[in-house]
Amino acid sequence: MSGLPNYHALKVDASKCIGCTHCMKACPTEAIRVIDGLAVIDHERCVDCGQCHRSCPTHAFYVEQDDLAKIKAFKYRVILFPSIMIGQFPEKYNETQIYSGLKKVGFTHVFEVEQPIQLLIDSVNEYLGNEENPKPAISTYCPAVVRLIQGRYPSLTENLILRKAPHDLAAHFAIERLLLEGAQREEIGLFYATPCIAKIASVKSPVGERESIVDGIVNMNHLYNEVMKVISEVEVEDNSVQRYNLSEEGILWSLTRGESRHFGSRSIAIDGIHNVVRFLERLENDQVKGVDFLELRACDQSCAGGILLTGNRFLTVEKLERRAKRYPSAKDISESTISVDIDELKQKLDIDSISPKPLFIFGKDRVKAMDKMTRAQRIVCSLPGIDCGACGAPNCHALAEDMVNRRAKMSDCIFLQQMWEDEGKITAGKAHLNVQKKWGTDRFKADCNKRGRRNEGF
Amino acid sequence: MKLLFTIQGGDFTRAGHPSSEVKKVLKQLDIDGKTIKNIVIALYEAEVNVVAHAWKGTVSVEIEENKITIWVSDEGPGIADIELAMQAGYSTASKEVREMGFGAGMGLPNMKKNTDELHIESEVGIGTKVKMVNYFS
Repeated sequence: MSGLPNYHALKVDASKCIGCTHCMKACPTEAIRVIDGLAVIDHERCVDCGQCHRSCPTHAFYVEQDDLAKIKAFKYRVILFPSIMIGQFPEKYNETQIYSGLKKVGFTHVFEVEQPIQLLIDSVNEYLGNEENPKPAISTYCPAVVRLIQGRYPSLTENLILRKAPHDLAAHFAIERLLLEGAQREEIGLFYATPCIAKIASVKSPVGERESIVDGIVNMNHLYNEVMKVISEVEVEDNSVQRYNLSEEGILWSLTRGESRHFGSRSIAIDGIHNVVRFLERLENDQVKGVDFLELRACDQSCAGGILLTGNRFLTVEKLERRAKRYPSAKDISESTISVDIDELKQKLDIDSISPKPLFIFGKDRVKAMDKMTRAQRIVCSLPGIDCGACGAPNCHALAEDMVNRRAKMSDCIFLQQMWEDEGKITAGKAHLNVQKKWGTDRFKADCNKRGRRNEGF
Repeated sequence: MKLLFTIQGGDFTRAGHPSSEVKKVLKQLDIDGKTIKNIVIALYEAEVNVVAHAWKGTVSVEIEENKITIWVSDEGPGIADIELAMQAGYSTASKEVREMGFGAGMGLPNMKKNTDELHIESEVGIGTKVKMVNYFS
């Protein structure tokens, strides 16, 4: 199955971007270049991890979302959200008040996505039990990691577990429940509140799926603001019935070790995209032995560190851990509480296949590719090797590769240019113009409030 | 195209650098994953051998249209009986090296298993030269 084309929600606001190179350096797939003083994302390479968004000192990256008014078109308006959203709100609001707040925003049904999680646990265990599936099995929970593996570690694609994420589970669960209540399928609008960019992409163009089950996406920080406008300060009516399928395991699912604690006799959980990259390099070299299950998450502290969240990630983790203690274990939730056809729901969790999409190849013609790479190697010898980024590429090696792919020229390197100036091969005026072309005239103006001069984003 | 690396004996922290670099290049050349894996495993084993036993060594790689040839040469104690060293489980690694999780006696057998051609020349007290060839499918 080829699936939908890659959708990317991440955009750069040209009026805010100052071409400071922070994002370019943070990107794990070298997908960003600075061109004419602006960050430009190569959407082929982007895996939607959001590192650029996080590192931007001027908040120039923004994330497209659907208009909340879109929900009005549906009779049954369902908001699906991961448990971490509850952890965003100040302690004085309890979950009953938050649920009521979501209804005041305009939703008719409120579903936390990690339910009924036992179905997913069983399904993944069943997958792991099949000896034919390669080990270590890698969770497909984090969509940025899935795309990273498809693109940068294509040979590991076969290790990805062919099971969907909780938001798919909840979407199907919500539909089945509403159909039981007498709703027609076309009357149901499903909206997903996302903590991260990668989830937007995975919901809009799911890996291994033909079409998305969800009708719209709402950024979690936006929804948070909307709820905060209407949330009640006083106790509201009991709505705990909506959380009867929520369990301790479900609430902890999106946190680090939320999955790995359940699976395999030897499992590892890794969070933070650069940690994941380092580990996958080892795994690809066959230097990781005996591990059954890998939980890999792009964000530090997993989804609690999602870039569209408002709260501090460590406080969110602590709040969720406390909340989880109040909930029953997933296996203690009886099938009658779930009240829909469990086998049918379980079947919907399967993914047919995930195909590799190698990103870092130099073209199909091997001889030409080798020639290009040899030339790039030779160019690297002449570059300063300090990866300063002043050329608009993340490091000297990337610049050399851009050069042989005709996307950059020798004079983009300010060191080479300086040398040529000294050797009289280029005039000072021309050299200055070259740099100006790359970075704009404003970069040369004196300005004590110049943004991006320090790591303001960190 | 050619690549050249040096290996320092005893420095386990750097073992794996040449194999990672070679892997990166082969991925860019769109060589299939299984072939890359074989090459990387064989080269890594050879690197670890140099680190574990020898004083210093070099890795020299030549990639052509249909094959990759890797020479790993070291200055070290050499291998007295190559046939014996090729047997699975035979090891002369020191206790320290074994404690680090290396020296299980699978190095040369693994190199044999993961390459299309393997030639070993060794002189006791002087060093060892290994040549490995893998063909691309």
